[in-house]
Amino acid sequence: MRSGDTRRWLRSVAGIFLKDLRSELRTRYAVSALVMFVVTTIAIIMFSLGQEAAPAEVLSGMLWVVIFFGAMSGLSRTFVMEEERGTAMTLQLLTPPSAVYFGKLLFNIVLVVALNVFTVLLYLFLINGFVIRSADVFVLTIVFGSLGFASAATVIAAIIARANTKGTLYPVLSFPILLPLLITVIDATKSATEGVPLAEAGGVFQFLISYIVVLTTLSYLLFEYIWKD
Amino acid sequence: MNAPITLRADGLRMVFNRRVIFDGVHFALGEMQTLLISGRNGAGKSTLVKIIAGVLTPTAGSVTVSVPGSDGIFGVRSLLGLVSPYLALYEEFSAEENLKQIAAIRGLPYDRDVAHDLLRRVALFQRKDDPVRTYSSGMKQRARYAAALLHRPPVLILDEPMSNLDTDGVAIVREVMAEHRRDGILIVATSDLSDVDRFDERVDLNALR
Repeated sequence: MRSGDTRRWLRSVAGIFLKDLRSELRTRYAVSALVMFVVTTIAIIMFSLGQEAAPAEVLSGMLWVVIFFGAMSGLSRTFVMEEERGTAMTLQLLTPPSAVYFGKLLFNIVLVVALNVFTVLLYLFLINGFVIRSADVFVLTIVFGSLGFASAATVIAAIIARANTKGTLYPVLSFPILLPLLITVIDATKSATEGVPLAEAGGVFQFLISYIVVLTTLSYLLFEYIWKD
Repeated sequence: MNAPITLRADGLRMVFNRRVIFDGVHFALGEMQTLLISGRNGAGKSTLVKIIAGVLTPTAGSVTVSVPGSDGIFGVRSLLGLVSPYLALYEEFSAEENLKQIAAIRGLPYDRDVAHDLLRRVALFQRKDDPVRTYSSGMKQRARYAAALLHRPPVLILDEPMSNLDTDGVAIVREVMAEHRRDGILIVATSDLSDVDRFDERVDLNALR
């Protein structure tokens, strides 16, 4: 890519990201769905647990169940809305597929980080017995978990946006791809509740970084074939 | 709009679900040349337009747009402007916001004066700050013209160009078409054959099944 092209491509990625951000701030399609889902699910967990303190591994697993289904209810919007409104073709005419992919990925990262921060704060505040003893391990788990979720969710959203059964297909198709990530982050969250130091949890983050790099690279390479009819 | 430009299609064939939409589409256009794509409803006019615009891959054949400097990552996108009833704008944004975002997504600076001139030209300037969802279908079609012309493309492709337009709108489109006849390449897909004599080339899809 020539340097002039690179600068133009970067401006295009920023253009896609800002367009999605402004659209979300104006319509609140994804944020409303995400917040309502997270609040409802945490309330159900809270009522079902009552005053009982569930084991740390159960609470760690439930946190990621909330995050998984929360993400599934909102992250597909970026592509599904483009298809439903008929603007996908407009985007195809304006910019190369790689700029669309990275612009949407950037938006989904911001959305999933915001969702996870909100979910974690609510979970820590409301769920009895969920105490973090290694803050650094927990923060890194949330950060890398969010990046992994966003990179997987973005490319799957692009695939399911073309399907007729968008709503049901998204979590079903995401689950096998997100399973290695989910197992790892649930384990790392459990370690954080048990007070495992960062030095001992290093292998988990190496795996998470590899997962993100591999998935993002593959998505970038395959996106053109998904995006174009 | 002054680079020497050629656009050619060789042996285009399109098959959907084993049904041949068209086969053997050939044409070659140079500067100041025009092409009419005609055919009855369902003959594949819009399909051919999408292939020429690069958003649909043909079953066989190829479209080549040749102009110096079109080999970058943005490819022929910088050279093409498309207006079509199925091409949507972002309804939650105003016409001017749409133009700003289109320029940003193209990776180009937003030229406010050019955008305002275009909005005046398509008679949307007074409503430029209203959300597109409040526009009538004719106003949306006018907004599509502003969006397609913003980057001054040398190749203009119009699919059913008069769709939803009133008399004033039709006059504006005729003016835009006349300009492109003089300065670039104009491709029009329509079932209305009233202006058939004004085009240099014609692809009749009724005859290419």
